[in-house]
Order: sequence, then C-alpha cells, then structure tokens
Amino acid sequence: MCLAIPAKVTELSGDDMAVVALEGVKKKISTALVEDLEVGDYVLVHVGYALHKVSPEEAARTLKMMAEAGVLQEELEEITGGAQ
Amino acid sequence: MKYVAEYRDKDLAKSVASAIQREAKPGRTYNIMEFCGGHTHAIFRYGVQNLMPENVHFVHGPGCPVCVLPVRRLDDAVEIAERHNVILCTYGDMMRVPGTKQRSLIRAKADGADIRMVYSTLDALKIARDNPEREVVFFAIGFETTTPPTAVAIKQAEEEGLKNFSVFCNHVLTPSAIGHILQSPEVRELGTVQIDGFLGPSHVSSVIGFEPYEYFAEEFQKPVVIAGFEPLDVMQSTLMLIRQINEGRHEVENEYTRVVTREGNLKAQALVSDIFELRTSFEWRGLGPVPYSALQIRENYADFDAERRFEVSPKQSREVKSCECPAILRGVKKPTDCKLFGTVCTPDNPMGSCMVSSEGACAAYWTYGRYRDKTARQQKEAAA
Ligand code: SF4
Repeated sequence: MCLAIPAKVTELSGDDMAVVALEGVKKKISTALVEDLEVGDYVLVHVGYALHKVSPEEAARTLKMMAEAGVLQEELEEITGGAQ
Repeated sequence: MKYVAEYRDKDLAKSVASAIQREAKPGRTYNIMEFCGGHTHAIFRYGVQNLMPENVHFVHGPGCPVCVLPVRRLDDAVEIAERHNVILCTYGDMMRVPGTKQRSLIRAKADGADIRMVYSTLDALKIARDNPEREVVFFAIGFETTTPPTAVAIKQAEEEGLKNFSVFCNHVLTPSAIGHILQSPEVRELGTVQIDGFLGPSHVSSVIGFEPYEYFAEEFQKPVVIAGFEPLDVMQSTLMLIRQINEGRHEVENEYTRVVTREGNLKAQALVSDIFELRTSFEWRGLGPVPYSALQIRENYADFDAERRFEVSPKQSREVKSCECPAILRGVKKPTDCKLFGTVCTPDNPMGSCMVSSEGACAAYWTYGRYRDKTARQQKEAAA
C-alpha cells in the first residue's frame, strides 16, 4: 500500500476530481492535494489521490521498474478492484 | 554478479557497484538502515545486498505501516466492527494481520462483521453516502503519504454534512520513529544495532520534504540520503552514504531530486495540519511508546473521530508468543532468527505483521531470501 503509480491525466472536472489513464485502465481520482494540474500531466497516484506531478520520463521509468518487479499488475488490480 | 544482468541499465549498475567496492574501506563496517518498506522490497527483489562488499550491510527498519501497528489498535478495530455494528472500511493490507488470539479483520468478517476492503478514502465516503442509516468507520493507517487522503475525506465529510462517517486514526510519523531508533537502548548501550546512516523514505519525503530530516543529521550526527525506489537509486544512495561516512560528514542529501524537494507538498501539509494534531505518545509495534510520533483528529473535527464516537473496552492484547516482529522492526534480529519463520509462519498463514504486507521484512525474506541463499550456495559450489 505504500507504492504510488504514475498515471496520465486525461480529464479534469471542477470538483477536484480527474480521470487518469493507467495501462489502458481509466480511473477517477482526487486532485485535492495538487495544484495547477493540466490535462496531459503525469501524477503519482496513491490510494486514489494524486500526490504530486512527475515528468513523463520519471513516469516511464517508474512504470517500467514496477512492471519488472512484478508489482504493477498487483497495484492495477487493487486500483480497479475493491469497493467501487 | 548474476543479478546485474537483470538490471535495466547494466553498465550503470556495474559502475556504481564497483565504486562502492572501491570506496568502502576494508577496515570498517557500514550499517545502513533503510526505513521504507519500498526500499526493503527493492533490495530483496533485485538482490542489491549481493552486489555489496562484505562490510556493507542493510539493516531493515520499521518502514511498513501495517507492520508497526500495535496489536491493541487492531483489536480495537475488530471490536468497533463487532460490537457497534458499523461498516468498517480499511485498506486491503490490514485484513490479514493477526490480532490477539490470531483474530484478524478477515476472520471477524467471516464471522459476520461488516468489514469492507477499500482502495481509497473516496470509496469509504461513497459507502457512507449510500448507507445513511449505518455508521461507517474508516480504519486509517499509514505514514505521511496516506495521511493527506484521510484529511481530505474528513474535510469532504464535513462539507457534505455526512453525519455517519468517522475515522479511527492510526497515522504515524516517520521522523519521530527514526529519532526513537537512534535513542533506543539497543543502539545507545548494547551496540547490537550499530547504524551508520539512513536511506530516507522517498514518497514520504515528497509530501513532508527533506527538511525534517536535517534535525536528525544534526542532532544524531548520522547521514541521511533520500533515496528513490529503483535498485539503481538504492545503490547510488548507498554510495552517497558511504562517502559521507568516510568523510565524517552527517548531512541530508537528496538522491531523489526527480520527485523530492526540501519543502515538499505544502498543500497537503496545510490540509493535514488543519485536521490533525500530534498525539503526545503512540505505541509502535517493536518500538513501544514513541513520543509525538502519531496524529489524532483535532477537537474541531471531533464529530468525525471514531475514538470519541465508539467506546472500546480495556483489554489484554497479546502478540503471538515467539513472533520476533518487534526485534525485527528495530533491526536487532533477522526474520530467519525467528523460530516460526517459514514453518508455522508463511505469507499464507502469517503469525505476525511482518509476514503480511509485501513490504514487511519477513515477507520479503520469504519471497526472495530463500532464492537468494540458494543462488549464493550454487555460485559457491560452482566456484569450488
Ligand atoms: S516469521 Fe512470522 S512469527 Fe516470525 S517474526 Fe516474522 S512475522 Fe513474526
């Protein structure tokens, strides 16, 4: 539960919420903790909240490492599973 | 050097490894504590220890929030769920942690308590909205990365006038725990855990910044390097620590500049301090009571505090006898020193918290350790 996954912001709504795309999965998350977000930015998503912005390069590195370590799939399942 | 082949950037990993080999002085040992469970995981997964010279050791610290929650608080959560007929929501990692008499949330759920696993506090809020006639309690655990999302949920519940939502708060603070480890008698008197430097947490620091660690570096004269999660980050940070130790410096250096700044996420910090205040003391599994190491909900938001809303009865909480989690969390013992490791206690049937979450030292040893030991043996045999 300590991990955070980088994801790309694809939609922003006014109520501090955004839609992010993650390996083909779409997820609604809260952006209440970050400022000045724009569509196309990458954010680190932790327990349903964007924690901060990251560069596209950092996002790519992190995703690749998580895939190699075999934790990406688990995290994705956690994000899409659980109570909706 | 088998594991280097698995690294994405082989050449870089090799050159960092050989710099460490060159610079670690043969006459002394370097004991480096990684605080964060993410680092523990990376060290095991990629066999980073195998790339280190014999005198550089990683000591696994208490950096997993599930592992450090004392049994008492878990027993309290079970009681809130069972006795007060609430919907108790929590993160998945908490479900299998054994409480007193091996009772876990998952067992309580099997026995009929309404316990639901959520991915986010947003899900817990939704459950509260959808069930206005029921009390919904979010069992909150975690370090500084998970605290801001809890703060947002409380704020949101207040704004919406959600009367049936409350939080059982168990959020803990990393810098106080590090300070406590440095002051604990094991370190000061017995000398059983000599710690020469710290790999500082990465995502926690992205929220609180690295400024809070400057106090430690100064006060305890120990170097801290804020390290990213990649195996290469861990190696590079270890090299930076070795250099500081060799030069007798004790500063906070930031290897993870890609994400971490000195001041951190100010918006998140402001929200957290609006909702929470310090507890004078909180018990950590393995460390005992640690002063000013956890948060509680402020008086202004008392309506959302499950601890005020629901009585819990005084009880005798007990960890499984002979589980060595407390010693492991202080870095005094290794999982393999525990009699139950790998026999009675496995990830499928955990006896202690360190075996539950993949960031716990026992789970990491179980998943990667045996493999590593076997490979080391085979390499030795092949060389003989
Ligand atoms: S192996 Fe199991 S029983 Fe032993 S210390 Fe680890 S979690 Fe506790």
